Amino acid sequence: MTVVVPGAALPRGTPDPVTPHNVPHRGGDANPSVDGLRAQFGAVIGRHEVIWGETTVWVDAGRIREIMLWLRDDPAQQYDYLVDVTAVEHRDLDLPMEMVWHVRSLPYRRFLRLKAALDTAAALEVPSIEPVYKSANWLEREVFDMFGVHFAGHSDLRRILMWESYAEGHPLRKDFPLRGRFSRSEQLSQALAANPEARYSMEELSVADAFHELPADMRARLVSGQSRGVE
Amino acid sequence: MGLTPATTPSSVSYDPPSQDGWVTTRLEFLVNWARANSLWPMPFGTACCAIEFMATAASRFDLARFGMERMSFSPRQADVLICAGRVPFKLAPVIRRIYQQMPQPKWVISMGACASTGGMFDNYAVVQGIDTIIPVDVYVPGCPPRPEALMYGIMMLQEKVKQQRSIADQQQYDEIAIDPTSKLYIPASRIDELSEPFGNSVHQTRSAP
Repeated sequence: MTVVVPGAALPRGTPDPVTPHNVPHRGGDANPSVDGLRAQFGAVIGRHEVIWGETTVWVDAGRIREIMLWLRDDPAQQYDYLVDVTAVEHRDLDLPMEMVWHVRSLPYRRFLRLKAALDTAAALEVPSIEPVYKSANWLEREVFDMFGVHFAGHSDLRRILMWESYAEGHPLRKDFPLRGRFSRSEQLSQALAANPEARYSMEELSVADAFHELPADMRARLVSGQSRGVE
Repeated sequence: MGLTPATTPSSVSYDPPSQDGWVTTRLEFLVNWARANSLWPMPFGTACCAIEFMATAASRFDLARFGMERMSFSPRQADVLICAGRVPFKLAPVIRRIYQQMPQPKWVISMGACASTGGMFDNYAVVQGIDTIIPVDVYVPGCPPRPEALMYGIMMLQEKVKQQRSIADQQQYDEIAIDPTSKLYIPASRIDELSEPFGNSVHQTRSAP
C-alpha cells in the first residue's frame, strides 16, 4: 500500500496551494486532464465547461469504463479517488437524463466531473466502473435503486436504500409520484411483510465471514434465499 | 413554664414499638407507584428528536429524577419505547419487532411531529405516524420537542400508569392480533377509501394493515 501525499506528483518547485480568490463563475482555466482525454480518446470526449473553477467534461456513457481506467492508471492523471457516482433527471427533452461521476487526483490535486447523457427512451444501461474503482459498488447500487439505471458488469446490483422487495419503482425519477404509487396501507403492509432478520444476503461480507457461527435457523434462512427480504 | 404535657395521647401519634414497618395501602397503588417511578426507556432514536432526547437524559434535565436514567438498549428489559424521530418504511418491521419483544406491561411515547404523523415528510419513504404500526400512549408534539415537552409527556405517562387497574384487569395486557374473520374487521384498503376526504391537508390516510 502506497501512501499518497496530496500534490506529490506535481513538478518540483510548484508553489504551495493557496485558497483561490475571485474565481469566475464561468470560464477560467480548465483541468489539464481534459486535453489529455481529448488526445487519448478523440471524439468520445465532448464539450467541457468550467464553473466556479471546477471542470465538467461530457463523455460517451458507453466508453466510461476505459476512460476511468485510463484516468486512474495514466501516470500523468492518477485519479485515485472516486468521489461520487450519481445521476440527474431533467425536465428537458433534449437532455432527459445524465450520469455524473466525480473523481479526484490526490497526487495532482485535481478534481474532474464527468457527465454522460442518457436516453430515457432506450434501456438505461451504462458500463459499471466497479472493476476500476471498488467503491463504485454501493454508489452504483444507489443510482440503480433511485433511478433504475442498470450497470453492466456490476457484481451485485441490488437495491440499497429501499428494501429489496420494493415494488413501486425508482423514487427519484420525475415520473414517480412523491407519495409513491400505492396507497398508504398497501405500502405499510408490504413494508411490514419484510422480515427484519433476513435483511442480510450472503454477498455481504461480514455475514458471509461469520456464516458458520450463525444460529442454525439463520443459516437456513440465508441458504434458502429468504435473504431477499421477504418471509 | 406554663406548658403542660398532653394528658391523653392522640390516636394518630407514632408509636414505634407497635407500628414499626407498617404501611397500609392498596396493592395496586403500590405496584403502579413502583412502575411509574422506574420506567426504563427503550430509546428508538432515528433523527434530530434523539438529540433532544439525549439532552433530556443528560444532567441539566436529568431523566434520573423519574427513575429513567437506565436506558434499556435491550427491548427485553424495557418498559417504555420512546420513538424519537421519523420512521421510514424500511424500519417499520424493525420497530414493530422491537415492540413485540418488550415484555408487558409496556408503553410507547411518540416523540415529535415525524413519529406522530410523519410530519413534513409526507412522501414515499416515511411512515405516516407510528400509530399505524404500534399502539401509542403519549404523543409529544414539537419539531423537535424541547426536553421540557418530553418530560411533560413522561409525566403524563406516569399519570396514566398510576391510574391503571394493574392487578384487577389482566386483559389489558393481552395483545390482540388482527382477526380478518371478525365481523368488526374492515380491511385497511377500505379504511383508506373511506377516510380519503378526512385525512390531513392533502391525502394522508390513517389505517393500519
